[in-house]
This record gives sequence, structure tokens and C-alpha cells, in this order.
Amino acid sequence: MSSTVLFRRGRVIDPRNGVDGVRDVLVRDGKVVEVSEALLPVPSSAEVVDATGKWVLPGFIDLHVHLREPGEEGKETVLTGCRAAVAGGFTAVVAMPNTKVVNDNAMVTELVLNRARAAGLCHVYPAGAITKGLKGEELAEMGELVSAGCVAITDDGRPVMNASLMRRTLQYATQFDVPVMVHEEDLTLSAGGAMHEGTTSTRLGLRGIPASAEVAMVARDLVLLEETKGRLHVAHVSCEGSVRLIREAKRSGLRVTCEVAPHHFILDDRAVGDYDTHAKMAPPLRADTDVQALREALVDGTVDAIATDHAPHGVLDKQVEFEKGINGIVGLETALGLTLELVHAGVLTANRAVELLTHGPAKAFGLPGGHLAPGAPADVTVVDPDVEWTVDAHQFHSRSRNTPFHGRKQKGRVIQTWVAGHRVFDKGQVGQSKESR
Amino acid sequence: MPRTTLDVPHAPGYAAPPAMRHLLGIEGWRRDELESLLDRAKAHLPGAPDTTHLLRGKVVANLFFEDSTRTRTSFHMAAKGLGASVLNWTHTGSSVSKGETLLDTARNIEATGPVAIVMRHRSSGAPHLVAKHVKCAVINAGDGTHEHPSQALLDAFTLRQRWGSLDGRTVLIVGDVLHSRVARSNLHCLKALGAQVVMCGPPTLMPPGLESLGAEVTYNLDAVLPRADAVMCLRVQLERQEQAFLPSTREYARLFGLNAAREERMKAGAVVMHPGPINRGVELAPAVADGARSVILEQVSNGVAVRRAILEVCTA
Repeated sequence: MSSTVLFRRGRVIDPRNGVDGVRDVLVRDGKVVEVSEALLPVPSSAEVVDATGKWVLPGFIDLHVHLREPGEEGKETVLTGCRAAVAGGFTAVVAMPNTKVVNDNAMVTELVLNRARAAGLCHVYPAGAITKGLKGEELAEMGELVSAGCVAITDDGRPVMNASLMRRTLQYATQFDVPVMVHEEDLTLSAGGAMHEGTTSTRLGLRGIPASAEVAMVARDLVLLEETKGRLHVAHVSCEGSVRLIREAKRSGLRVTCEVAPHHFILDDRAVGDYDTHAKMAPPLRADTDVQALREALVDGTVDAIATDHAPHGVLDKQVEFEKGINGIVGLETALGLTLELVHAGVLTANRAVELLTHGPAKAFGLPGGHLAPGAPADVTVVDPDVEWTVDAHQFHSRSRNTPFHGRKQKGRVIQTWVAGHRVFDKGQVGQSKESR
Repeated sequence: MPRTTLDVPHAPGYAAPPAMRHLLGIEGWRRDELESLLDRAKAHLPGAPDTTHLLRGKVVANLFFEDSTRTRTSFHMAAKGLGASVLNWTHTGSSVSKGETLLDTARNIEATGPVAIVMRHRSSGAPHLVAKHVKCAVINAGDGTHEHPSQALLDAFTLRQRWGSLDGRTVLIVGDVLHSRVARSNLHCLKALGAQVVMCGPPTLMPPGLESLGAEVTYNLDAVLPRADAVMCLRVQLERQEQAFLPSTREYARLFGLNAAREERMKAGAVVMHPGPINRGVELAPAVADGARSVILEQVSNGVAVRRAILEVCTA
């Protein structure tokens, strides 16, 4: 594979560097060398990618992905998760620690990193657990996790219910300057709930999860954040109340960032329809007014990143009574299309949409990439903004198919993904991993 | 500011039209559909011509994942009255305790060849899941806190027997609406048939959005009682006290129990209903349950005729 690549005449959208226009992008030895308005001469031995009419973007970064390895390899592995990632245009993913051996120690962190290296497709940044075994009782060895390569700590999937423990977590984490990523759910308020509490839950006779289950915890943690001067990242924000509090906290200078998942800004609780477990996740799909508030927060900068909360599950986890259905949907391969729906609808500019997938998440977690200035990693996603296609879960590169978006019409699709100057996805095919090379 | 009001289309599935083959809920049924079923039920009242030819040689499977006396025996008698054999399956001592999934159980029952599965389950939507995967009719005999369509139909039948039409009548439903499938089915059924529905109970037991589903909501029983043509009392489960929905059943009885003093303030001719089983002395005083206004036992006997009509319509 060529180590010099010239992306010709694509529309480069690089929000961090204020670029939005037709450019040539030259990359060499895994780095961006030059971004030029003028035609660049083709270096000898360079591979030329004709990007006319296409978008040439910094590789997408997903702060919230469940790769399921170790422990639930039937749902996903680091390899299949990376395949799904690059197929969706993601060149970096943050892997959640709630695997079936919890990533609460360096051995598990290293296992994930080794598997990612072997896959050789995209960057995988593990997140370590806040508490041992995600039990919410004792702190995991944060120093060890960070030095092993964890970029954030989180008990994702579960809240830290104990306020004192949460306060100490924020305090302790300040010495490493890692974000504390929180799944905000007061379990006493959400107990037994299967979907958002509202007219639809009343109609369907399903126990509701009130918005306050999230908002009350966001409020608590922002108070603790102010006191500890720590760094907080609120995962998968789902409702208006949370957005309002985070907006206000940002204005007052607190170090808080947050992410929103595409399903939360596209669907509302009515998508549960006829007890469709593919519309079941935590936090649940909320009211249309919440969807509206999330969209406004994506626009005004309250939200830092679009993150998928890619949560692979098997058929048997979903083909059950709604109350028994397991939470979560896969998201890596549908994220761009759903984000572009907001662009087509005039809610987001293309520039802002790209920022939420690239520089926004990079900045929130302090990760490399997310932009295309000279010297930046040659992580590039090429998008055809005009192609119309239909989501087909059977074609997913992920090992799982659990999505409520099967059959949804989309406009705009990833056609190529490059990581460190190597082509890892092209025309629907994931490049050979190093393992099989 | 870019437009943020523009709506990206939501996923489909909201208020899907009902399939006549299944009876999963009342929601979505049209008035004429309900009326024709209720009219048909008249042909199944005691003394009507024999109907045992209708399902002779056929099997109706009763699939009860939750305890039930009244509904299960009522469906049993209804199936017998149409000449069907009845397969009675209950969760106790079944393969469910061995970890069999709902779908596996349902498919195995289906493999025995029933024309209909009559199903009760503790999870809302369980019959909807089964209906998507079997070929026979699925009749919801109560799913979680969602719907109990045959109960609402027999209630409507009982009221029509008295009043002829429900147009302009006011039905007051009192109690734990949050956890009541009877309340939801009745709301849809009564509204579709032209009645007004008032729901009354402690605020903790009134789910959000009832008004948008067509109910009037109040917390003051004494204020609305004189307006009601029928008062339907819902069962209050004793464990609601532990979950802090209520301080005590004593206080519940004081605020929302239908006692003799309240009964006196009811309209002349207004009736008292209850889907059973009754917590005597909590939601309903014994003297009222057994009093002149009570139509509770008529509800039970009408249940068989209505369920015969349901089986007949769904297996036609």
C-alpha cells in the first residue's frame, strides 16, 4: 500500500482549522503533509484519490462504543467492532469497560489494545472502569488504567449512585486529568422502567423512566464538579433538562463535556411503536420536545460530540417481552446517515455536523486527530454526500444487527476510510486486517 | 440560527391499525367494529340457539402465564360453548420454570394446532410478540398493565344492556389507573362507543398523558361522583403501599373507596362495576358490592357471551 496519497479536489471540511472548500490533501507516512487550494503536483509513487464531488473529512471519532471483548464475542469482537467502525467512517473509537471481564485493570486494557493492534483497522482507545467490577463500591486503580492507555474512566451502563464515591472519583481523577464519563441514571427513579415516561408509556402500559432519573444525576454531578474542579463528560444525554443544566455549567466555566447519540436526536418515544425492542435503550428514547432540545444543543455548542453508544446484542436478547429486552442498539454504521438527516433538514450545517464527529470528540477527550492540518494523523473519511441508500442490517460489518433503522432511507454515505494513510475501507469492503495480511 | 423545528420523520408503528384476526387491544378499533362484535355477543346469551357447531373439532389454547380464575374459566366456557376442545396451559409446573422463552412456548403450543391462542401474560406487549410469530389468532386475555380487551368488551356489553347506547353517558373509573389494563381498555372502548370517561385516583397512580388519550382526570371523587352514570372501581393491590404509591389502604378507602355514604350521592339509576377480584372494604364496601346498584355478577355472566363472540370473530 502506498505511503503517499493525494486526495484530489474533494470538498475538505475541517472545522478545527476553519477549512471548508475544494482542496487537495497530501498525506505521507501516516501524516497530513499539505492541504492546498491549488492543484498539487502528483508526487511519484503517490496514489491519487479523485475526490471530485466528494467530501474529504477528518476521520470520525466515536467516544462511546461497546466492543464486547473480552467475554461476549458472540455479539462483537474488537476486530468486528473495528470493521463496523471503519465502515461507518470512524477512525477512532473509545471502548467501554463493561465487558464480561471488566476493564478495571491494566491486563484487560492491554488485551483490548493488543486485539486492536492485531485488527489493524482503526485506533481503539480503551476507557477504564471507575469502580472495581463496576460495582459502584471501590475505586479501580485509575493510575494503572491511565498508564496502560485508558483515555477516560467510566462505569458506563451503570451510574455511580453513591454521591460521596462520585465526589472522590472526580477529585482523584484531577491528578491524571482524565475525563470522568458518566451514565446518568438515578436507579431509584428508573427502577422497573422500560421506556420514557409519557403518553406512549401510558398507552402501552409500560413502566416509565422519568426524565428526572437523568436530570437529577446531571444536577448532582455538576454540583460535585464545581466543588472538585474536576473534568466531567456526560454520556448519551437524552433530555431537555440535562441540556439546560450542561449549557449553564459550560457558561459558568465548568469543565464539562457531553455527547448525544444519533437515535436520541432522530427518534422519540413513539418509535417503540408496537413494543419494538430495537427501540429500547438506556437512556430511553425521550419525548419529541427532548429531541428538539437535543437538536438545539447540537447547534449551539452545548453538545461536544455525536457518539453512537454502539451496543451490539444478539437476536435472542431482543426477541423477548419488551420489559425483558436488553438495552441498546448498534450505531457505528448508521451514525453518518442519521447525522446527515439533520443537515438535509437544515438543522445542522455540514460544517457543524462534521465538527461533532471529529474535532468535537477529539477535543473533549484530548485525543489526536479530528482535523487535517499538516502534521495531523492521516485519518481521513471520504463521503459521497449525494448517494441515496437504504440501511440493511444484514449488510452490517458488525457482528450484531440490532437496529431500529433497518430499511431507513439515507442520503450520503462513507465511501472510503483511511487510517494513518492506509486504506481500511473502500467501496463497501473493509481492508485486510494485519492479522490476515 | 438554522431551522430546528423541521421534523425528521419518526419511525413508523404509532397506532398501527388492528388486525381483526387477533384481538391484542381495543385501541384502534372503530366504533362499527366494536358494535358489530357486541351485537354478535347477544346471540351467545343463555337461551340463544345452540352454537356448538361453530368450532366443533377445533382447539382453543388457553395460555396463562399469570394466575387467573375468572378470565380463564370464562374463555374456557366460551370455547366449549362453540364446541371447541380446550387446551389449558398454565405457567405453574411448566417449561417456563425451565427457562423456555415465551416464543418457544407459544410456538410449541401452536404446533398442536389450535385455531386461537388465548393468552395472559404479566408483560405488556407479550401477546403482540407472539402474534408476530404464530399463524393462529392471538387473543389478549390481559397483558401486564397494557390492555384487557375482553374485559372492556364485556363491560360495554353490560352497559349497553342497560342503556341501549353509551352516547352521552359518563363512566367514572376510580383507582389504580397506572397499573390497570382494565382501565386502558375501557378508556379506548368507552370513548369509541360515545361515552365520556372520567378517571379518578391518587396522583401517584394516574399515569401521564391520560387527557391526551381522551380521559378527564380528577383527584376528587366526591366532586365527580354525582355526574357518573356508572362507577367502575379498580382493584387496589396491597403492595402499592410498600412502593410508596399510597400511605395505606386505610387512607385509600377514605379518599377513594366507594362506601354506602358515597353510593347515596350517586345519580338515580347509576350502576357500580368492578372487574374483580374485589378487595372488599378497600375500593368497594361490601354493602355496595352486593347492593342494588351493583352489576358485578352480570359482568361475569356476560363475559362468557362476549368471549364466545370474540372467539367466533377472530377465528372466522
